[in-house]
Amino acid sequence: MTRAGLLGLAVVGALVGCAAGNGDPGSPTMAKIRERGRLVCAVDGAVPGFSTVDPGGAFVGIDADFCRAVAAAVLGDPAKVEFRPVTAGERFVALNSGEVDLLSISSTHTLSRDAPGGNALSFGPVFFYDGQGVMVPAASGIRRLRDLAGKPICVESGTNTELNLADRMRELGVAYQPLRFQSGEQAYPAYEQGRCAAITSDSSLLAAKRSGFKEPAAHVLLPELHSKEPSAKVTIQADPAWADAVRWISHTLVQAEESGLTQANVEARLAAARRDPSQAEARRFLGVEGDFGRQLGLPADFTVQVVQAVGNYGELFERHLGSATPLGLERGLNRLWNKGGLHIAPPFR
Amino acid sequence: MAPVPPADPTPSPLPAPKPPWWRDRRVIPWVVQAVVGLLVLLLIAFLLGNLIRNLTAAGLLLSWRWLQQPAGFDISESVIPFNAQLPYWRALAAGLVNTIRAVLVGLVGATLLGTLVGMASFSHNGLLRRLARVYVEVVRNIPLLLQLVFWYFVVFLTLPNGLAAIQLPGVVLAKSGLYIVGLGEGLRWMGPTLVNGVWQAPVRLSVEFGALLTGLIVYSGAFIAEVVRGGIAAVPKGQWEAASSLGLSWFATLRRIVLPQSLRVIVPGLNTQYISLAKNSSLAVAVGYTDLYSVAETTLNQTGRAVEVVLVLLAAYLTLDLLISALMNGLNHLVQIRER
Repeated sequence: MTRAGLLGLAVVGALVGCAAGNGDPGSPTMAKIRERGRLVCAVDGAVPGFSTVDPGGAFVGIDADFCRAVAAAVLGDPAKVEFRPVTAGERFVALNSGEVDLLSISSTHTLSRDAPGGNALSFGPVFFYDGQGVMVPAASGIRRLRDLAGKPICVESGTNTELNLADRMRELGVAYQPLRFQSGEQAYPAYEQGRCAAITSDSSLLAAKRSGFKEPAAHVLLPELHSKEPSAKVTIQADPAWADAVRWISHTLVQAEESGLTQANVEARLAAARRDPSQAEARRFLGVEGDFGRQLGLPADFTVQVVQAVGNYGELFERHLGSATPLGLERGLNRLWNKGGLHIAPPFR
Repeated sequence: MAPVPPADPTPSPLPAPKPPWWRDRRVIPWVVQAVVGLLVLLLIAFLLGNLIRNLTAAGLLLSWRWLQQPAGFDISESVIPFNAQLPYWRALAAGLVNTIRAVLVGLVGATLLGTLVGMASFSHNGLLRRLARVYVEVVRNIPLLLQLVFWYFVVFLTLPNGLAAIQLPGVVLAKSGLYIVGLGEGLRWMGPTLVNGVWQAPVRLSVEFGALLTGLIVYSGAFIAEVVRGGIAAVPKGQWEAASSLGLSWFATLRRIVLPQSLRVIVPGLNTQYISLAKNSSLAVAVGYTDLYSVAETTLNQTGRAVEVVLVLLAAYLTLDLLISALMNGLNHLVQIRER
């Protein structure tokens, strides 16, 4: 069992300790990644659009592509990723024990997960703005949370949504039966088989899972979103240099979209910036001028590597989640700041 | 012929010279044990030191304050009252009670099933004998996790729901669980009723509990059947022949002559199976039953106290297994042959 294995590893890892951190001025995690020649990246592995395994055995999705972007930035090759599927319950243990370098899973940024006295994790910038949703069978006649009084509701244990559900039902004064499943791989089939009157999770995940159902049209999302779920990429708090690198790789995707850099044109734009010393901003961002890469412990051209590997944030969104995909999600809050959304990259300078 | 000096007729009364201490048979074991003991202590000290050093570096020194904080999540199927405002230790206690409930019922069920199947493998009825073999061979060669998933998703979740549920007088079996007539509010006799599309009854067993229990009983039953078969086979054939010459029937022979004698072989084997069953109950997470492991996992995730939570888990399962062991050793003592 991987679950038991990971728990065991947490203990063994804590007992034996990882000999990281001695004498290396930079990031011990990055040193480890370079030494083994690949990034170990945790993904869910079963959420269409975010991370799933395609028929050829490759991981696809926006979360999987983020792992590739990081591998491209650190190692110069997006293929040097070892994907490690983990459940919601074991993800933080996997990270803290050094089993994985990075969590690229929908993980809501919360105080207790961030704080040194809590889970002591380090969160990158918000990668996906989401809210909790509730999915019910369209024929059930359930239109509001209140209609779920006394009914079983499926939820993944160890998630933020599990706690929100308890809070919200307490506020409404409605009794319900939570059916707690260790992972979505059990929760969604149980819901689809009619064990629960509803299932709750992040709205995007519900839409993603629904796209894989036998009859997606037979299930609806209740319009009331009862929480904000800004999810981000997670690293350990003990390695701030690594957290910074991941943070700026995330910002790179957003800045590239803002600057109009795409997977297709980045090569040409780089050549143009090299030729034309007046393109100060492009030269800095693409690593022609200055030493931003070195400051982060990354190659000078890490931004170019990232965009070449996976494209910009907008391209990622449209490729995996947007209207042309089975998920058909609206950009909504996930548009750029200058287009009415919430994504903004701090200045690259 | 020169006279040979006579050999000393009496052997020297002096004992052999005392060997040096490093060759003394009485000293060597002590030295070896002291060295091994010291090495073990050093290893433990090294591991503990490492644990404390690393936890301190990560700002995670062992702390138990989180036990008092409100859990924040709900448990639908708790024997002891629980809600989200109660502290984590209450949640863990609710989980432990759920585990014990599954283990106790599982032990009784698996023992009954195993004994019947073990007896059946000595039946004169060839069909019954072969069925027992097929059951044992099929069940014990398929991983328990697969069997649990099978019972839950393929058997229990395909039960009909709502009005279409299987309804017998006083009992309803639906997709959500088994509902049994009992004493309801105000000590009035209450049967299962359908309220707002959800079955309600004084006694309710969820399908998650049902799937876990069925899985554990069927799986452990197969192993116990083998233990029982071995125990019966260990009773000399003469006992069977003597009993049948007295005119006892097959069943009476088994019940009055053979089984009592086979107990002393069966009980130690049962002990192992019982302990396995208790540990296997932690696979409940696979079928959505909220047991100790499931609560602990959420607790670990919400508090970030991995080491503490794992320590609680270890202590709980260890205590449970040692208790089972102690009880079975007591039973073993009772069924052994007393030398007269």
